[in-house]
Amino acid sequence: MPIVLRELTQQQDGLAPGHGLCPGCSESVVVRQVLHALGKPAVVSLATGCLEVSTTRFPYTSWRTPLVHSAFENAATTIDGAEAAYRALVRSGKTQAQDITFVVFAGDGATYDIGLQWLSGALERGHHFIYVCLNNEGYMNTGIQRSGATMMGTWTTTTPIGKKSPGKLTWRKDMTGIVASHDIPFVAQASPHAWKDLMTKVQKADAVDGPAFLNVLSPCNRGWRYQAQDTIRLGQLAADTCLWPLYEIDHGTWKLDYKPHTKKPVTDWLQSQGRFSHLSRPENGPVVQEIQHKVDEEWERLQQRCRE
Amino acid sequence: MATLTKQRQKLGKYSGTPVALDGATLVANAMRQVRPDVVAAYPITPQTVITEAFSEFVANGEVDTEFIQTESEHAAMSACIGAAAAGARTQTATSGPGLALMFEVLYVASGSRLPIVMHLCARALSAPLNILCDHSDVMGIRDAGWVILLAESAQEAYDNAIQAVRIAEHPDVRLPVASVMDGFTTTHGVERSELLPNEAVAEFVGPYKAPYSLLDVAHPVTLGALDFHDYYFEHKRQQIEAMERAREVIRCVGREYGELTGRHYAALEPYRMEDAEVATLVIGSSAGTMRVVVDELRRSGVRAGMVKLRCFRPFPGKELAELLGGVHAVGIMDRSVSPGAANAPLFTEVSSALFQHGHAPLMRSYVYGLGGRTPGPAQFRQAYQDLLACDTLETQPAAPRYLGLRE
Repeated sequence: MPIVLRELTQQQDGLAPGHGLCPGCSESVVVRQVLHALGKPAVVSLATGCLEVSTTRFPYTSWRTPLVHSAFENAATTIDGAEAAYRALVRSGKTQAQDITFVVFAGDGATYDIGLQWLSGALERGHHFIYVCLNNEGYMNTGIQRSGATMMGTWTTTTPIGKKSPGKLTWRKDMTGIVASHDIPFVAQASPHAWKDLMTKVQKADAVDGPAFLNVLSPCNRGWRYQAQDTIRLGQLAADTCLWPLYEIDHGTWKLDYKPHTKKPVTDWLQSQGRFSHLSRPENGPVVQEIQHKVDEEWERLQQRCRE
Repeated sequence: MATLTKQRQKLGKYSGTPVALDGATLVANAMRQVRPDVVAAYPITPQTVITEAFSEFVANGEVDTEFIQTESEHAAMSACIGAAAAGARTQTATSGPGLALMFEVLYVASGSRLPIVMHLCARALSAPLNILCDHSDVMGIRDAGWVILLAESAQEAYDNAIQAVRIAEHPDVRLPVASVMDGFTTTHGVERSELLPNEAVAEFVGPYKAPYSLLDVAHPVTLGALDFHDYYFEHKRQQIEAMERAREVIRCVGREYGELTGRHYAALEPYRMEDAEVATLVIGSSAGTMRVVVDELRRSGVRAGMVKLRCFRPFPGKELAELLGGVHAVGIMDRSVSPGAANAPLFTEVSSALFQHGHAPLMRSYVYGLGGRTPGPAQFRQAYQDLLACDTLETQPAAPRYLGLRE
């Protein structure tokens, strides 16, 4: 299905306005892009997190799709159950077959850390669903704590800047790589600034027979300490500094979806957000160098994989 | 195992006839006959037999259930929640530590009013590591909002498994049900039982239509919303009311099942209680042993009786008070402990119920059989002798007496 902006404006949003997400939050942008890209009914499972608490405050709901939330770690398994129910009920004739997509939205806390096992199990079992990780690089819902997606040198409330600490001491997990190692049909990294790329990936994910995983960078102005109007611009900067490359692995074939004309230095990224402000101090120079080194290394490895 | 496999395969032919089977396989057959839309489970001793047997039913096409073989028990219950939310008749099975791992989502299941049925093979909790029976796991979920039925025998486990579906799905209830059998004693002990014809079970449980389903995309609902100080309390109250309504549903379903099978079920099963002056209250497989002891005592002229508690949630406090209120001394048999509590779990429950209903017989607490220690007749005889020597309230010890323990 071609993605035509003019037509998308005529579609009803799956997520209604009036939710409680912060001004400047990218999550509602991503959710709407995903649901628009599907353009058909979706059954959604949410992990506990910003999106869930901001859109399902009883007695209201922002969702025009069926929605289930169970707990923090088990959104993938919850959608498994729903998807299995669908297959069972259709097979036994208790429900009519219909073209619906099963979708999970979960933060990086729910994906990289507490829910890793649940996601891994669901991927291995081969359920037919799209898992969208809204990756804002920290536990933002509980007030900006570090996660496995938080980059080295980042300030969070649990990796504070102190006499002995320049923020988070370790690198982030390669969650996209971990998922790719499950050998599922479609895995990708995306960002809402590249909306057409993201929506195309959603459609590819929907077309495959089996699980699909989208790791979507979701800039968070509260947690990252930047002005609300810069959310989309930061997505672009993450891609231009190669901190968040846009790529996909379609049935095992790696493909780079965006190569910056000029690769920007990570200092551009670090200077754009308050969570890195301490890194401009001279004593933190080595941390900045190490970040640049790691980003270069990962970028090189990714390019190689995509050339193979 | 080869023998078991052979017996499992035979079942189809001998439906409706007596079978010699272990409790776990029998319950797996109840699952086969109920034909849940979705089963999600993770194998754990001593529940493993159920998972294996059900896997065979799936592999042989005897059921068209979607069987989700999860990577943990927490995931099993999580998948059950998703499936039940999508309108599927859903079941799982577990034991001790597996139940403990599910703890968080057990509350999600009951709070979301999802009629999931769980077959629980009671097992001690670690540490020390132990795979054998006690009721630590069962008592651990007493506040989780699940209906809890306990079986004495393989037959009862089978019968409860079938009734559990009706109870859980009843519009007045819509709560998950844990159907408990004792690990190894009941799960692995081979007993003579009767298997209903497939059609009889299908007819008894009937079709299931969920009032809301995630699959109804034309009428989208949000399930599992965020509930703060302004609504949470009211929703919890509704859950409590549903549990209260379950009393009548359990009674009716038990009666109807009795008409079908000749085996009638209620929340309590009194044994020789008409003129009893000394009695015990027991749950699970030990009821059989206790019955033997009661008969012995009766033969020697002691007016002994016994009450078997089948339904732990909702707790039949009023009926229990009526049964035990007139008895001189009552022993409450606990197969679990709650260190530092007023007393062992079942004792605390019973004494609270009797006090509320204005009855105060002499009551003593007996703890037995932890970690699978065999609860023999000698231990139970000792309990009755102790009760018979119990003269006044003053002689009531504060602490439980431990039966069969090396002090």
